[in-house]
This record gives sequence, C-alpha cells and structure tokens, in this order.
Amino acid sequence: MAAEGDLKLLGLSVSPFVVRVRMALHMKGLSYEYIEQDLFNKSELLLKSNPVEKKVPVLIHDGKTILDSSAIVQYIDEVWAAMGPSILPVDPNERATARFWAAYVDDKLFSAYVGINKATTEVEREEKVSEMLAVLEQLEEAFAKNSNGKAFFAGDSIGYLDLAVGCHLLWLKAQHKMFGVVFLDAGKTPLLEAWAKRFAETDAAKEVVPDTGMVMEYAKKRQAYRAAVAAAAATAK
Amino acid sequence: MAGEDELKLLGTWASPWVSRVKLALHLKGLSYENVEQDLDNKSDLLLASNPVHKKVPVLIHNGKPICESVVILEYIDDAYGTVGPSFLPVDPYERAIARFWVDYIDQKLVIPWKVAFTADGEEEKTEGIKQMLAAVHTLEGALKECSKGKPFFGGDSVGYVDLALGGLLAFLQGTEELCGSKPFDIANTPLLLAWVERFTALDAAKVACQMSASWLSLPR
Repeated sequence: MAAEGDLKLLGLSVSPFVVRVRMALHMKGLSYEYIEQDLFNKSELLLKSNPVEKKVPVLIHDGKTILDSSAIVQYIDEVWAAMGPSILPVDPNERATARFWAAYVDDKLFSAYVGINKATTEVEREEKVSEMLAVLEQLEEAFAKNSNGKAFFAGDSIGYLDLAVGCHLLWLKAQHKMFGVVFLDAGKTPLLEAWAKRFAETDAAKEVVPDTGMVMEYAKKRQAYRAAVAAAAATAK
Repeated sequence: MAGEDELKLLGTWASPWVSRVKLALHLKGLSYENVEQDLDNKSDLLLASNPVHKKVPVLIHNGKPICESVVILEYIDDAYGTVGPSFLPVDPYERAIARFWVDYIDQKLVIPWKVAFTADGEEEKTEGIKQMLAAVHTLEGALKECSKGKPFFGGDSVGYVDLALGGLLAFLQGTEELCGSKPFDIANTPLLLAWVERFTALDAAKVACQMSASWLSLPR
C-alpha cells in the first residue's frame, strides 16, 4: 500500500461523476474511505466541504478538499503520476482532444439523459431521446477518428475520455430498461457499442459501476421527490 | 520550437471567449495570425475546424485545430510550457482549485448572464441577473482565497482564472447598460474592482480585449 495519505470520497454510487472519480482512484491502485451521501438530506460534512455547490463528488486528501469531477480526476493523475497508468494523454494535442470531448459529453450527453428522466410527456421524452441519439452519433465519429483502431478512446487501455464517457453508461442502461429506448446499437453506433461492452468489462468498471437495478431505484426516488416538490408548489400557489 | 511553429486564431473581435485566448497568446509572447470570422456567413475553415460546435475561438496549431476556450487555454499552457509564464499553478491542489473556479465562472456566471441578455421576459432577465450577481459575490471570496493578498487569482502574475474572467470583462460592462446593476462595485466587491483595474491596465488586455472608454474610467 503506497503512501497515499488520508483519502476520503464523498459520493453517490449512481452518480456518473462519482463513478468517474472512483474509476480513476482504482486505476491508480489507491485506497480511500468511501462515504455514501444522502442527497435528499445532505450531511454536515458535505455542506462544509462543498458550500458553494453542495454536490458530490468531493475528494478529501489529507484534509484538503478537491471539487468537480474533472478537476478531481486530473488531480489524482497529477499527484500520483508515478503510480499506475497515466489517465490523461501526454501529448498536448491529445490532451486537448480528450478535454474537448469530455466537456462535450458532460454538457450534451448528460443534459439529454437528465431530460429523459425529467420528461413528463412522451413528446418531451422523444425529443430528448433524439438529442441523445444525435450526441451518440457524434461520439461514434469521435471514437473512429481518435482511437486509431484501438480498443478504447485512449488506446489499448482506458484513459481520461473513456472515464468521461463511460461513467454515463450506467444511466443509458437504466433508461433502456425504464423506457425501452435503444441508445447504442450495432447498426447505428457499432464502434461505440463494442467500446461500451469492453468498458464494462474493465476491472475498474466492474469494481465501481453500480448495477442497473440500483440506478433505476434511485431514478424512481428522484421522480417521487420531483413530484412532491411540484405538488407542494401547486398547493402553495 | 523555432521556425515551423504556425498559430492561427479563428475568432471575432467581440467574443469574450476569443479574448481569453488572445490574452493567453499575448502573455506568452506568441505570434499568431488572427483570422476574423463572420459568424453570419461561416467560413469553410471554421466549419472544417470546429464541425461539432461551429463556434469561435478555434486555435489552429500547425494545422491541428483546438476548440473551446478553456481547452485552448490549457493547451497553450501544455504546448508552450517553457515559453513565457505558466497560467496553471505547479501544485496539483492549486491547479484543482483553479480548474474549479474556471468551471464555476462558465457555469454560474456566464450561463445566467447569457440568459439575462437574451431573455424575452422581465422575470427571466431579472432571475439571470440575480444569479449572475450572486456568482460575482462568490468570486469576490474566491479572489481573496486564491490571491492570498497578491494582485491576481494566479498570485503575482495572471493565471488561468484571471484569463477566464478577464476575457469576459468587456461583455460584463454591458451589464450596467442592460439592467442598471454594476457587476463590480466598491461596496460589494472591492477586491474584484481593484483586480479589474489592474487587469485592464495590462498591455495584453489592451490588445486582446475590447474595452470601452466607459469601463476604463469607472467611478469610485
């Protein structure tokens, strides 16, 4: 066990942003204390550690707080540069490409499937599903262009962009079960579909990604919460 | 890397995101060809270089395009690590803090401010301005924490957060004209106000940002 210091991670098992960080920690072989948060009833520690955004993940390393999943992953890569594989590529151009697509996914992919979760009508949902499919088409092209025929976005093994995209797969799987939509299929996005299978088979993913049942349960909880808030607002008017 | 290094910037004079990149290039002392774009009639070069977003800025370095202002800023720091000042700190923890605040600026300041500028209804506009001003208030605290009494978020010299916020200044000045609220004032954000004065006095800012005279002569 290397001298990693005291590492704590405040997280939510079904949060893609938390999954991303946990996979990075796993890649580096780091042990840490994982503290599952109840986002419906935020802990003192979470509110104290992230007063600005009150969100997870929060990494606490030797008492220092690191926020924002992309910043955390890069922090892990930089502090433990000598341990395990590099998460970000070395070449500046490849780093820029990885960061570009990671930002794209966190913006466009995330907002599409959150929109699917939140949709109250079929029409709304279908609109968001179309958005999602358009994003996945872009990612298919990105994979074709950047992977150089290798197994992952980063090459022979997973890297920054694989984590950035892959961490969202748990929600795509859950929504497939909940709404029957096929997001990744061998017909339209063959490269991405094959990549997603390989991603799920990595040690890091097997260790960290929660099963679909858990994700669906959380989605139901959030839906109930939203309904309650809407009902309260309606009565308040 | 001498001789063969070619930098082209696809941008528009008014874009704050382009300003961020120009600031970085000037501070690094890098020469580049500025290729002004017409966003109502997008060039083949722009569409080929940024097919995903079709937006500016795009930095083309030896024929390879890099898109998205913050990605470009990190790229410039990575690719020109030994040229001129570094924008990101050396220490990983401080780098993480800088990255957090840059993301905060883009999510919590820029987005509501865009809403305020483009909103059709008064309610939406008011809400956008309120959120924007709340973000500015938080950034006052961030400046205190990051600068530790020094002139910039980056300390003695301009850093990543300074670039991200500094590029927006010419646009932020429009806030007062839009809604009558000054984004920075002596009562609520004295540190930021002083920072604005220092930042706009930089040679790089004078070249890279379109500051109007009214901004440069803020009443105190």
